[in-house]
This record gives sequence, C-alpha cells and structure tokens, in this order.
Amino acid sequence: MMRALIACLALALALTSAALAAPSPDEAFADAATEHRARGLYTQLRCVVCQSQSIDESGASLAQDMRIVVRERLVAGDTDAEILDYMQARYGDYVLMLPPLQANTLVLWGLPFFILLLGGVLIVVYVRRQARGLASELSPEEEAELAALMDEEGQ
Amino acid sequence: MMGRWLAFIPLVVFAVMALYFGMGLREDPSAIPSQLIDEPLPAFDLAPVAGSEQGLSNADLAGHVSLVNVFGSWCPPCAIEHPMLMQIARSGVVPIYGVDWRDTPEAGAAWLARHGNPYTAVGLDPESHLAIDLGITGAPESFLVDAAGRVRYRHVGMITQADWTETILPLIRELDAS
Repeated sequence: MMRALIACLALALALTSAALAAPSPDEAFADAATEHRARGLYTQLRCVVCQSQSIDESGASLAQDMRIVVRERLVAGDTDAEILDYMQARYGDYVLMLPPLQANTLVLWGLPFFILLLGGVLIVVYVRRQARGLASELSPEEEAELAALMDEEGQ
Repeated sequence: MMGRWLAFIPLVVFAVMALYFGMGLREDPSAIPSQLIDEPLPAFDLAPVAGSEQGLSNADLAGHVSLVNVFGSWCPPCAIEHPMLMQIARSGVVPIYGVDWRDTPEAGAAWLARHGNPYTAVGLDPESHLAIDLGITGAPESFLVDAAGRVRYRHVGMITQADWTETILPLIRELDAS
C-alpha cells in the first residue's frame, strides 16, 4: 500500500517536472555558457499568449518560436541587452518580465518604498507618543484613586 | 476624536481598491498596444502555399492601401472570421493579403480550397518570424497598411461586420482620399 503510494507520487513528480521544463532538450545549445545566457533571457521575456508566464516556463507554440528567435539572435552575436531591445521593439515594454523604471512606472516602483517610509514614520510617532504618556505625572484625581486602591489592597 | 476618523481608513482603502480593480476587470488583458502604428511594415519575403507560385513580400503591398490578415488552418476563430474576409474581397474595396501563420504549405492550401480564398496573395510564416516582427499575440490579427507601407491600424481578433463598417472601412476611405 505504502509502496504503491510512493510510486504514484514519484510518477506524478516526474510528470510535472517534465511539464515544467518547457524548452525541449533539442532546443538546447551544446555550449553551456551560451545555453545559460539563453535560459537567462527566456526568464526575462514574457510569453505574450499566456501572460503570467515567461517564455522559459511556457509551452505555447509562440513562446517556443520566441525562444528560437532568442537563440538565433545569440548565434548572430547579439548582446543580452540587444536581444531584449529586439523583443521590446516588437512587443513593447509588456514583453519584459521586469518593468523598466520610467515616467509611467514611477508609481509602480516608488509606492512600496513610500509605504515603507510612511509605516516607519507612523511607528516612530506612535512610540514617541506612548513614551511621553508613560513619563507624564499622574493627575491629582489619579493619585487619589491610586491611594484608595493601595489602601484596599493593604487590608 | 482623531481615533474615530482613523477607523474609516480601511474602508476608504477598500473603496479605492474596489474601484481600481473594478476598472481593471473591464480592460481586455490580451490587448497589448501595438508598437507598429505609423511605423513601416517589417521587411518580409514569404514562401507560397502548396500549388501556388506566388508568395508574399513587401513589394506586393507597395503603392496601395492593403489589409494584411494573419491566419492559420489550425485557428478556429479564423474560420469564423473567414466569411467576412470573403465579403470584403468581393466588395473590391481593399486587397487582402494573407499571412498563413505556423502552417504547412499543404494544410494552408487545403484550408483555402475548403473555405474559399479571399487573399490577393498568401505567404507562409511557419516559424513566426514575421509574426514576431509584427508583435502578433494570436490569430486572427489584421493590419491596415497605407500606400507608403506604413501600418496605420491593428485589429486584434476577428473582424466583425461592425468592425468593418464602423472602423476599418472609414479608415480605408480616409487613406484612399489622402
């Protein structure tokens, strides 16, 4: 029973990892350094059909053809930046997995830092206010109440 | 007093996000703006489908307004769009040029024989070279190209009767007049 379960799990794992490795082995470069560059570029380019995946992860036929174009550009001697520019010229900023920092993406990039700063300021203000509250003297009414409580406890 | 107003902040944040995401739902995520508008059509020289001598290249489009349609025999929406293209071809308003995308010469020819051929010329793009140059995300997709070879309009998806009469035809009239 246990053995069968493990066999099933192993099979499922093998199938999913095969499905995840979208670029087929026959697509690979013989030269490891170029292959590494190619895989790096695949992860930086968005599949325009299945939009939340990179062309490295995608099994779509257009993603496959985009990988082929990347490899052709590599063979032609383009730098990584030139290949990303090549795709950007055709599909726009959209094709880049990492949005470029420019006027229309300023809010996108800046907002997290702004919120972090805002949170920091709020914490400082809050802590200071707390500290001030603790340091202050008790009012006469509070003194009287405290004395009454102490008396009660004493009995 | 201040604390009471602070209690409304989550509600305000929720309202802003609901509005923003609500607007996002109305947008078509597959509509990626074209980089080609008012740019020259990329250079291409495509092989013909089986049984035809003539492929498709930039030279075919020179000197007149053209409609370039990307299709494939594997593409069901293309078959739905096809009668509209046949109708446009019969009207003689604009020549249609077909880019048979990711197809074999035989499958392309068989599809055209079965559904009719509205194209003045058809070329094969089996490895998506032209498709990627055009920034294609799926078929069918169409481009209106002016006499100077510049892309003036991109239509993603099927051309419906309404798209034709309300958008594309007026644009062709405008381009023909200028």
